[in-house]
Amino acid sequence: MTFSFKTFTGALALSTLLALGSAHAKELVMYNGGDVTSLDPHKLSGDWEDRVEGDIFEGLFTEDATAKPIPGVAESHETSEDGLTWTFKLRDDAKWSDGEPVTAEDFVFAFKRLMDPKTAAQYAYLQYPIKNAEAINTGKIDDLEQLGVKAVDDKTLEITLEQPVPYYPSLLTHYTAYPVPKHLIDKVGDEWVQIANIVTDGPYKPVEWVPGSHVLTAKNEHWHGGPDTLDIDGVRFLSMEDVSAGFRRYQAGEIDLMTDYPKDQFKFIQENMPGQGHFAPFAGLYYYVFNTAKPPFDDEKVREALSLAVYREVIGAKVLGSGEPPAFGWVPPGMNNYPEEGARFDWANEAYPARLEKAKALLEEAGYGPDKPLNVTLSYNTNDNHKRVAVAIAAMWKPLGVNVSLENTEVKVHYANLRQGAFEVARAGWLADFNDPVNFLDLLKSGIEMNYGQWSNPDYNQLLDEAAKTQDLDQRAGMLEKAEKIALDQDAALPIYFYLSENIVSPKIEGFVDNVFDKHRTRWLSMTE
Amino acid sequence: MLIFVLKRLASTIPVVLIAITACFFILRLAPGGPFDQERALPPEVLANLRAYYHLDDSLIVQYFRYLGRLAVLDLGPSFVTKDFTVARQIAIGLPYTLILGGSAFLLAIVGGIVAGIYGALYHNRSADWLIGAVAMTGLVVPNFLVAPILQLVFGVRLGWLPVGGWGDGGPRFLLLPVIVLALPHIARISRLMRGSLIETMNSNFIKTATAKGIGRRRVVLRHALRPALTPVVSYLGPAAGYLLTGSIVVEQIFGIPGIGRYFINAALNRDYGMVLGTVIFYMALIVVLNLLVDLAYAWLDPKVRQR
Repeated sequence: MTFSFKTFTGALALSTLLALGSAHAKELVMYNGGDVTSLDPHKLSGDWEDRVEGDIFEGLFTEDATAKPIPGVAESHETSEDGLTWTFKLRDDAKWSDGEPVTAEDFVFAFKRLMDPKTAAQYAYLQYPIKNAEAINTGKIDDLEQLGVKAVDDKTLEITLEQPVPYYPSLLTHYTAYPVPKHLIDKVGDEWVQIANIVTDGPYKPVEWVPGSHVLTAKNEHWHGGPDTLDIDGVRFLSMEDVSAGFRRYQAGEIDLMTDYPKDQFKFIQENMPGQGHFAPFAGLYYYVFNTAKPPFDDEKVREALSLAVYREVIGAKVLGSGEPPAFGWVPPGMNNYPEEGARFDWANEAYPARLEKAKALLEEAGYGPDKPLNVTLSYNTNDNHKRVAVAIAAMWKPLGVNVSLENTEVKVHYANLRQGAFEVARAGWLADFNDPVNFLDLLKSGIEMNYGQWSNPDYNQLLDEAAKTQDLDQRAGMLEKAEKIALDQDAALPIYFYLSENIVSPKIEGFVDNVFDKHRTRWLSMTE
Repeated sequence: MLIFVLKRLASTIPVVLIAITACFFILRLAPGGPFDQERALPPEVLANLRAYYHLDDSLIVQYFRYLGRLAVLDLGPSFVTKDFTVARQIAIGLPYTLILGGSAFLLAIVGGIVAGIYGALYHNRSADWLIGAVAMTGLVVPNFLVAPILQLVFGVRLGWLPVGGWGDGGPRFLLLPVIVLALPHIARISRLMRGSLIETMNSNFIKTATAKGIGRRRVVLRHALRPALTPVVSYLGPAAGYLLTGSIVVEQIFGIPGIGRYFINAALNRDYGMVLGTVIFYMALIVVLNLLVDLAYAWLDPKVRQR
């Protein structure tokens, strides 16, 4: 066997050395959920990876403590009048962790690499607003040079878009827009992400990675903000799936920050750990999707009846017991470029008994009743919370004469079924990637992968298309709100609740600001011993 | 002796091949693929990914490509931890699993045999019942229950031991996971040992030895122990297998980066290469363990040697 113990003993020796050398260093230990897929920003897809990546890389824009976009590697930028050409001036002191300068060419190289089909970047489509990006990524254009990204000189970058994107700075904070070190990749290729090789341009750099255990970071001495401005010396991002075990370690003081918690401990945390549970509105939606290609879910009345009968007020408060706010609209509150509370169901303020009566009448109109009960298969991916919600909703539908059979499968199978349209009513969820309502409204657009229910409305599509071309933000918000209203009126899908961000933060940590994007870069945090 | 070993190894080759083949195809039959996830991917991106990992070839081509790579011990890439190949991940995780499993194995043998001897010598007295009661508890309470209880008592309440993590790999970090892992096996071995020793102590050659005036301690340790060990040894092979695969739960709860947890996670993630890699690895391990058990038999029991 070719298994080498050398790497292991090497890693052990290194970690011992680091442990000795940093006996008094301020190390933040974080429960970070699953294993990090890669340190390569082009090969990621999860929020747990974003937590690591956002500390070690910095894009043209980065996030402040409240997750609002602020200039990162870009010192300043100009936008052409048509909103299509963005010219960025890069900071002179932006450097990789090996001391090499971060250049416009690094960004050009990164965007080309992201869009190159050979890279197989899962998340490339987020940057499709760049001119020709989609065509290149989908193989319609072979020539990478046609991508709308150009290095004018070492420190000037020009990006051309397909159409104006008012939320572009927010999109540029995403890891798909991070630069990668061209000088290193030219030399070592895909091996550049190995811990021995990797260089990064963020406040921190990775120094140790044991798969299944942790990623450890340390200050990047070459970061333009200066290592002295950072209070925390490094973060130990623990990969753990067992959240209860993680919580016990938090209780014992071994973990300083939990990015999740065991739901059955909600009350315990509120009562016994004052100020440590941070449960704040989060740009995420939990919903059920109707397969509108399948009768009777093509019938608006059936969909509306089912939606009316869901007593959303009790789901977060009682069923889950962790206080998630009910969703009477499609777009979570608090998004940029949008009214605080967008469109809502007409009946949102009606009392539940009245809604239920309405639902019964509608279902009867649709031809269902005690004599002819409606049979619904409700699918969800295996998970205690999804089960609780499904059981509760099945009970809420019961008075309408609806017979629900519950069907649960593991997550991979569930989403394969959704993609193939093999379901009737199914659970789904969405977390925003960037701060704009189109993130959610796009889910119901025709021809989009995530529109599992195949609901389609020409007015809706047209409003979204027009909004995409509109530069005036108020006008644009109006169109989007109109679109949201159409989706709600027609019950395109069934929004249930908005997610909450769920962090348990040790009293040792300061500077942790709750925000709708649940992004908390370590550079804004400080820690008392 | 060498020929015996080689013969035994050769006889396992067809079994291993069948297992690999079955595992390869059954995995692909399972619904859902490695890239099905909450955020559906555009078909073109999915196509890029499938091409990148050669998943767009026919299954047969993929199968023979896999076998070809396996012949040079290349277990291929992992879809989930993309920066590490499957072989490297196993190499990184293996020492943790071996240290954890090995320590638990030693504890199980020593603890089980000692408890079993006491149980046999004081059999039907209070010490025996006490040992029996503790053993039964260890056997019936599942480790996913024992582990949190020990964590809460010794880690959270008393603060004597770390709740989880590998730390420096020192005894402080190892103690709880090793105990949790070893507990059911201590119980089983002690039961086997007790029963077998009681039987041996009643046999004629022991009576003869006692009649010749040999001291009790010497009778037990020199004469009775070795023959009484046979059922224990036959249990050790499977036990070692259980300990290494059974560490899945313990590794998850204590946050130890061994290979046990890959087993479950990789299957759930449809990380084909990783599942096959761990299956093959465990298979090799169990083949070797069984061989060692056979050799130990030969040492313990002259009748086996002559055959």
